[in-house]
Amino acid sequence: MTPRYSIFSLLRNAASYHQDWPEAWRSPEPKPSYEVVIVGGGGHGLATAYYLAKEHGITDVAVIERGWLGGGNTGRNTTIVRSNYLWDESAQLYEHALKLWEGLSQDLNYNVMFSQRGVMNLAHNQHDLRELNRRVSANRLNGVDSEFLTPAQIKAFCPIIDLREQGRYPVLGASLQRRGGTARHDAVAWGYARAADARGVDIIQECPVEGFDIEDGKIRAVRTGKGRIEARKVGIVVAGHSSVLAEQAGFRLPVQSLPLQALVSEPIKPILDTVVMSNAVHAYISQSDKGELVIGAGVDHYVGYGQRGGIAVTEETLAAICELFPMFRRMRMLRLWGGIVDVCPDASPILSKTPVEGLYINCGWGTGGFKATPGSGHVFAHTIARDEPHALNAPFKLDRFHSGFLIDEHGAAAVAH
Amino acid sequence: MAQDFRLPDGGRIDRSKPVSFRFDGKSYQGFKGDSLASALLANGVHLVGRSFKYHRPRGIFSAGVEEPNALVQLGRGARSEPNIRATQAELFEGLEARSQNRWPSLEYDIGEVNSLASRLIPAGFYYKTFMWPAALWERYEYVIRRAAGLGKAPEGRDPDRYDKTHAHCDVLVVGAGPAGLAAALAAARAGARVVLADEQAEPGGALLGLAEEIDGKPALDWVAAALAELEKNDDVRVLTRTTVSSFYDHGYLALFERVTDHLAQPPEALPRHRLWKLRAKQVVLAAGAIERPLVFTGNDRPGVMLAGACRTYVKRYGVRPGKRAVVFTNNDSGYGAALDLQAAGVTIAGIVDLRPDPEGPCSEAAEAARLPVLPAQTIVGTEGRNRISAVKIARLNDAGDAVLGEAERLDCDLLAVAGGWNPTVHLFSQAKGSLKWDPELACYVPDEPRQAVLCAGACNGAFGLQSCLKQGTEAGAKAAAEAGFKAKGGRRKQPKAGDQGPLPARWLWKLPPAKKPGDKGLADRPAGQGGKAFVDLQNDVTAADLALALREGYRSIEHVKRYTTTGMGTDQGKTSNVNAIGLVADHFGVPLPAVGVTTFRPPYTPVSFGAYAGRDLDDLLDPVRKTPIHAWHEQAGAAFEDVGQWRRPWYYPRGGEDLHAAVNREVLACRESIGILDASTLGKIDIQGPDAAEFLNRIYTNAWSKLEVGRCRYGLMLGEDGMVMDDGVTSRLGETHFLMTTTTGNAAPVLAHLEEWLQTEWPELKVHLTSVTEQFATLSLSGPNARRLLSEFTELDLSPNAFPHMTLAETEVGGIPARIFRVSFTGEAGYEINVPASRGLALWQAVMAAGAKYNITPFGTEAMHVLRAEKGYIIVGQETDGSVNPHDLGMDWIVSKKKDFIGKRSLTRADMDKPDRKQLVGLLTEDIDAVLPEGAQLVEHLRDKPPMTMIGHVSSSYHSPNIGRSIALALVKGGRARIGHTIHAPLEGKTLACKVTEPIFFDPTGERLRG
Amino acid sequence: MLLIVCPWCGPRDESEFSYGGEAHIARPKNPEKLSDEKWGDYVFMRANTKGVLLERWVHSHGCGRWFNVARDTVSYRILAVYRMGEKPPKLDKTTYV
Repeated sequence: MTPRYSIFSLLRNAASYHQDWPEAWRSPEPKPSYEVVIVGGGGHGLATAYYLAKEHGITDVAVIERGWLGGGNTGRNTTIVRSNYLWDESAQLYEHALKLWEGLSQDLNYNVMFSQRGVMNLAHNQHDLRELNRRVSANRLNGVDSEFLTPAQIKAFCPIIDLREQGRYPVLGASLQRRGGTARHDAVAWGYARAADARGVDIIQECPVEGFDIEDGKIRAVRTGKGRIEARKVGIVVAGHSSVLAEQAGFRLPVQSLPLQALVSEPIKPILDTVVMSNAVHAYISQSDKGELVIGAGVDHYVGYGQRGGIAVTEETLAAICELFPMFRRMRMLRLWGGIVDVCPDASPILSKTPVEGLYINCGWGTGGFKATPGSGHVFAHTIARDEPHALNAPFKLDRFHSGFLIDEHGAAAVAH
Repeated sequence: MAQDFRLPDGGRIDRSKPVSFRFDGKSYQGFKGDSLASALLANGVHLVGRSFKYHRPRGIFSAGVEEPNALVQLGRGARSEPNIRATQAELFEGLEARSQNRWPSLEYDIGEVNSLASRLIPAGFYYKTFMWPAALWERYEYVIRRAAGLGKAPEGRDPDRYDKTHAHCDVLVVGAGPAGLAAALAAARAGARVVLADEQAEPGGALLGLAEEIDGKPALDWVAAALAELEKNDDVRVLTRTTVSSFYDHGYLALFERVTDHLAQPPEALPRHRLWKLRAKQVVLAAGAIERPLVFTGNDRPGVMLAGACRTYVKRYGVRPGKRAVVFTNNDSGYGAALDLQAAGVTIAGIVDLRPDPEGPCSEAAEAARLPVLPAQTIVGTEGRNRISAVKIARLNDAGDAVLGEAERLDCDLLAVAGGWNPTVHLFSQAKGSLKWDPELACYVPDEPRQAVLCAGACNGAFGLQSCLKQGTEAGAKAAAEAGFKAKGGRRKQPKAGDQGPLPARWLWKLPPAKKPGDKGLADRPAGQGGKAFVDLQNDVTAADLALALREGYRSIEHVKRYTTTGMGTDQGKTSNVNAIGLVADHFGVPLPAVGVTTFRPPYTPVSFGAYAGRDLDDLLDPVRKTPIHAWHEQAGAAFEDVGQWRRPWYYPRGGEDLHAAVNREVLACRESIGILDASTLGKIDIQGPDAAEFLNRIYTNAWSKLEVGRCRYGLMLGEDGMVMDDGVTSRLGETHFLMTTTTGNAAPVLAHLEEWLQTEWPELKVHLTSVTEQFATLSLSGPNARRLLSEFTELDLSPNAFPHMTLAETEVGGIPARIFRVSFTGEAGYEINVPASRGLALWQAVMAAGAKYNITPFGTEAMHVLRAEKGYIIVGQETDGSVNPHDLGMDWIVSKKKDFIGKRSLTRADMDKPDRKQLVGLLTEDIDAVLPEGAQLVEHLRDKPPMTMIGHVSSSYHSPNIGRSIALALVKGGRARIGHTIHAPLEGKTLACKVTEPIFFDPTGERLRG
Repeated sequence: MLLIVCPWCGPRDESEFSYGGEAHIARPKNPEKLSDEKWGDYVFMRANTKGVLLERWVHSHGCGRWFNVARDTVSYRILAVYRMGEKPPKLDKTTYV
């Protein structure tokens, strides 16, 4: 039984110099077989295991992770959470996630520091404005909070943005989702791990997958660095390496793995109390609780598993940040890192059954997977438990690339006459 | 107080140039050549900051980039800058610095209450609380955020300029210490183009702070001679104040040069910072090493300083960092510091050595100097509030995990700590080179490089001067040879210097605390009880915090780092990371390499955003493209809109008109008389070759083989996914010659698309593609008087029969060679006239002058949009969004059934022809004056409140002055079957009902067009 | 910033080039005869190899030519560059992770 975290447990443990805190999760050796094995100990995988146990009563579950929990994109992203997507299918999935975010710290008994400081998307030209209005309108009718801000309202909401009209990219308007915000990325992985472990899930780190045993088109076992683990069902949730594992299981994915960069500045006292995003100039910025400016950059457009990107992307991103926030030109980049994002041709994820019976895949989140973590885990658990998709992830099936039912989230980026 | 701690002589400061500066409002003096830190120490100031979490008083800890404590706010207002390391900031006249993260003052900081409550806020405490009630988290967070952060953001627009430059070289040498200078000399002598970069104000590296000799003379003489030789060589560039910060792929590196930060009055012409983007064939890393502190209770007080830093303050800056010092060491290098300090007049209260029997030249020298050596002793605590006043020492047991007997007090005002050295392997690791653990030196050293990298000197684990020089020379020569330069001439004499060899040491990661009455096995006493032993000074991470993380199952070193935040401060753990790894290894009882190493992420030290942005700001952020007629538009007072990179006239307000009034006027003028549009931005691709028509057949959905010379045709282009990608009119100029037009924003992508297919899939087609967008200016005349006006400029017979709709002619217009295309995007008889770009403005002016009698009216993109919407013409990117196929647009008429083309097969996929796909329709609001907002979503069944099922959205919407009401285009699910039905647009505060119509509102038969 | 050796222009910075994904994918001769599945695979499925990948690049800010590159997608090492229509050379595909 995992003791609960609270101010009281903190006080109690302070008295004993914090000698008595139990492990947040066990580190067991794998059993020979499980009902479900989740490959991938990132946020999505751990959330899947948690909801399998919590919502479906399936506790004979192992999460196996090649490295350390949350060491992939969970621990490398810019922690933005929002649900203001254009298409119904996406908006509903991300809104499902956002609703789970809103009670997640309490549900997990682990403070994931979900902070609804608002997410603002800027429009810099007439085309942006039109698309922004389309999205705001769609969000509202989907029950997703979203509002349009005029430049004066932007200035009031975030005074440090440069709104000079003669700028190269003048800010003509913005959408604001007040329920959006940020969360503490590591805490999401750790919180899910601890909560899943408390429900009996085995979390096994440093356990790379070497292959899958498939008989008569059915999954039988996962071969790992810690031996063969039998499983009735297996879920693959390995952002950045989805193609590699799919290939081991004998099927292909329409994803490309691209390097994505992010960076932080040195910590400063609070100056930016919301999330500002601009697609036109490829920059996303917020300020962490520690005080660092957290900045997301664009992707390098070639396949890359090196967890690093090129200098040009950093230059473009920081130029855009300096343009929007001229006071930040004197701020300094403290740390730059890269992740690997799996991008689908329609920039939407795959949450689906696969050609192998009992094998399920969750991938293709591109640059936006973190915000979906609870929702993704929740519907993926449903998909695995019931062997059929949840209504929310039914559109995100693998065979949409054959039928043509794409959910084209990046199509709207085209430029008008 | 006037530099009471300045030595009477020595150091590389210029005593003839006193410099005044202010710290926390108080005036001080230093000398040119001082760092802010050395100048403060010269004035006896040790307390300079407060720690991140507990707000503990902190002093100057180091003399370089590794500084975790001495972070200050520099400058004022828009030039204010947070978190500057006082150890790196060069002193200049008028420098103004303030301490950070304290209130109301540095000496008395309310935040220090955190230190009292520290037991309640161990590592990761915030994950365990602040959850109830849920609604209050953001209140808690507000307080946490206020408490966190260090300095403050600058205020207002940065007035300074930043720059970027490119460079190439054969050999880049990183670090101008003895190894780097030797490498640069060797590489340059071989003839290689060399760049030598060093982060400090002057070359010399560690030699600047040591009393070493080379070839029997002061080492700095050798440095000066080396520099003189390098500076004479035109193929060598020496960059000082330049940190090689990032190592990218294929020998590409980013260098961060601080050009004017050290100047009181920077010359106008110089940028503040410069980012060098450099490609090197070979890189020699000679980046030196950083001293490691020891982890013991109370190791963070002001006055605790790295031993090497003490030497630097004495030797380089002529500053006595204290009056009475204790040296605490686990290896020989502490003795050098003791001797240097003693020579500078500092009383050495004791050399506390962890080793039971320190032997060798160092201890002999100490003995000779009568320094009190205290072997097998450790420090179990320190005293002093804002400055250390004493240490408590105790005897260490054989295992090194407990102390024997009671502690003794030793008064001091300086504690020099020597815990061994960490080679600066950051860049080697950034270049993906692997590291290995050297158990004898207790440090990570470079192992296998993955790029063309060689390491020399201390960063390679060679700590002796002789080895540094030797390795440097060898690496420089080898790098030059690898880059294709053989050493010339005879062998030169290798410089000679002393070499201490490897440091005999006793490596202990965590030192035991003091003994307390009742303690038995001391090692098991809870970490944290009886005082804090800091691992990461900046982020206030203690050994107890690491132990807690491990106890709670955060086992991976990355988890430990993230849970405790060790190594994540502005120093990126330069003094703390290896100690943290050592403590984790101790915990598991495994050797260090089994724990692994945290990633060395770029940059090596922080780089200003401004340097990365360079001059790519304001108008240079992205090129602005202007047509040859732009100046006229500006003069006419046009309002502009950005379309891709182009700046296009949006509308031309006259006498206080708003957008609506101006557009109405422009639209009416176009229908009633004549309008003129600058259409130069439309993409133009010249397509030539015997297979040009066949090429177009494959690219466009419709057929092109039978298009006659002199005729134009509208074409629709799909991606291979079947979705509309672009459209435009393509004209046949000759049997083998076409001119394609594209939408403004898509000119470059379309050309790239065509080239890709041509080169990669159909190399057998004989076709050449050339972008001619910018070679031509395009004037577009529309309206009933267009023909009459144009005929004044050309002899061409423009009558409808001689020059019908969708034809072209190559002729002269106003004496200028021109192509006239009779095409229309407005629904009026229209002529697009292409003339050489340089003649565009002249023709425009002539046409405007001649057109005055027809009240010729220039119109912008907005009026153009209205005109085309009245006709139901689509705009790619407005009526399409990458998810729309020709069928959805009701454009089956343009899709060939016979031939294959890009995207054709995709149109017959299962989901592509469903009746409920979104289809293009017209919308007429019930209230004829209500203009639907573009982007408004549409529903069939209204509900009181969301969610509501949406069936489409408004893609274009305008007031149409010609029809006298609002019109709109929309994409609606099963739209064509809904024609005649009413649907709704629920807006904020109101709902507009609208009737679904055919997507055409004006002149449906096209009489005006052909007239 | 990769250094890519354009077969026509020589070594140039990556920023002069654009990426074109997997090389050697031929457009099907008779698309109409393909199943939705086969066609979908042709349009959307691309090798995403962790290791040596044969891929296409175009020197878009240079000579404008397309060509093939054999590149290790982990180390980013470029093993070979060859022109359109040429067969890939034999390669040592060992990589490191």
